[in-house]
Amino acid sequence: MFWFLRRGIASLIMLWVIVTLVFMSIHFVPGDPVELLLSQDGGSADPATVQMIREDLGLNRPIVEQYVEKLKGLASFDLGRSMVDDSSVSAEIARRLPRTLELIGLAALISLVIGIPAGIYAALHTGKSFDRAASYVAGFAQGIPVFVLGTLLILVFSQMLKLTPAGGFVAFSQAPGKHMLLLLMPSLSIGIGLAAIVFRITRASTLEVLPLDYVRTARAKGLGDRRIVLHHILRNALIPVITIFALQIGSLLGGTVLVEYVFNWPGLSGMLVSGVNARDYPTVTGVILVISALFIGLNFLVDVLYGLTDPRVRK
Amino acid sequence: MTGTSLKFTPRQIPAYLLALLLVVSLLAPVLPLQDPLLMDTAARFAGPSAAHLFGQDEFGRDILVRLIFALRNSLIVAFAAAILAGFIGTALGVLAGYSRGLTEMLAMRIIDIVLCFPPLLLAMLAVTLYGPGPVTLIPVLAIVFVPSFTRVAHASVLSVRSQDYVEAVRSMGASNARVMFSTILPNIAGPLIVQFSFTVAVTVVLESGLSFLGLGVLPPAPSLGLMIGTGRATLAQAPMLLVWPCAALTAMILILNAFCDDLRDRLDPKFSKIRGQ
Repeated sequence: MFWFLRRGIASLIMLWVIVTLVFMSIHFVPGDPVELLLSQDGGSADPATVQMIREDLGLNRPIVEQYVEKLKGLASFDLGRSMVDDSSVSAEIARRLPRTLELIGLAALISLVIGIPAGIYAALHTGKSFDRAASYVAGFAQGIPVFVLGTLLILVFSQMLKLTPAGGFVAFSQAPGKHMLLLLMPSLSIGIGLAAIVFRITRASTLEVLPLDYVRTARAKGLGDRRIVLHHILRNALIPVITIFALQIGSLLGGTVLVEYVFNWPGLSGMLVSGVNARDYPTVTGVILVISALFIGLNFLVDVLYGLTDPRVRK
Repeated sequence: MTGTSLKFTPRQIPAYLLALLLVVSLLAPVLPLQDPLLMDTAARFAGPSAAHLFGQDEFGRDILVRLIFALRNSLIVAFAAAILAGFIGTALGVLAGYSRGLTEMLAMRIIDIVLCFPPLLLAMLAVTLYGPGPVTLIPVLAIVFVPSFTRVAHASVLSVRSQDYVEAVRSMGASNARVMFSTILPNIAGPLIVQFSFTVAVTVVLESGLSFLGLGVLPPAPSLGLMIGTGRATLAQAPMLLVWPCAALTAMILILNAFCDDLRDRLDPKFSKIRGQ
């Protein structure tokens, strides 16, 4: 239990550091941040507007007061208001977050369902044609950027074969089938690259476990192949897979941003990209905070999973 | 890395391809190529011809020339960011590993903070504050990859700092700076070179992603990410406008990855043992 608590506290500290850094980032900018935000059209900003935004963002108050104010807001899930249309950033995020989570979830599922069995099969048949072909495919899948894969999927399946729509979104409650079809393409774009990584790690760690004594013992006991693979090899070979998965979470979230954009999936990414383009500071920091919190949360989840799979970690 | 490696083997193919890529990108401005920004609106979306092997884009610009200059831009940004990250990260890591104590604690915690952010998001936050363009792009990409250099340098220094040859140099009265940078550094160069090559490869991917979103290299400068982004609009009428930059980007990344894997097998004893072939 103590192990669990310690990880939890470490995650909270990380979250606090991120909040503080994101808060500070607007003050790191040399010169007046508001004038910089407004100066994108080349001309200098109207002093009255600058003053108004400064007051809106609370930049005219002492920095400590702003910081406390910000933390208070976060405690009640208030991320401020958009500079573009004055809508609540939190409400917009709440609307879009489930769609992003859905995408990450399905992508992770796809990668595990493809990667783990393929990895074990390849390791059990090293050097055979499946192993060699799969290794080449994995190298390719790992190299191709998610947005390129997504774009090519659209080109082939929507443009040439006319099998799927080129992206978009329908609520699950309205048309479940269409919703899943629209979800599948972006999830595949992220999931395939991830599956390649899962495949490689599963293969390598299975190969490491195979010659170990307990596998030989299990075999000597007369256990069937199926039982040996599932009970003796898989459980031990999975530990590095979990580790690698944790390391990939950052690029998984980054990939989600790109893929949502490719497929017009109205998750957090569209909000982030338009926020960055409009230099809408509250929107950008809000989304980044939420994705970072997600990042930390997923890392924590992986740590817990790690502890559950390998009791040696729980010290 | 001895005389035998002069013999051609299939494993060297990525290295040759990479060399070709580097030479072409380096020489692109002096090669007899058309200006990548030269427009020819009469020949919008023109197919391949003798003058324009890959055809022309939505402004009648030569696609092949733009691809070459886009590869060049990608590599310039990637190398600049990787060199910057390599310098800062290595210095920080060597300092942390050699001096231990408070310096080590501070350096490693700073690194942990940078690692809290998914790389793409950190870059997007910076673009919001400073605006897009190469002046933002290179330092931001460098910051993103400082931690990996620091970690590698730190871990390697820890493993060599108590070796006899380091003790020997120190006991001869060499200064700390001398021990760190002329005794330790050459001995941990292997893993750092491997890290450098990986950083270049990953930076190419990250830069293309940012440019694709319109937040990296700015038009009209040619960039593979940007070309893919704009090619999407004319998907139906000119699919090749999309296919070429996709192929070029993927090919470049695959070459870089293959080169990195090979380099790692040669220079990093840990990995060649695992592979055991």
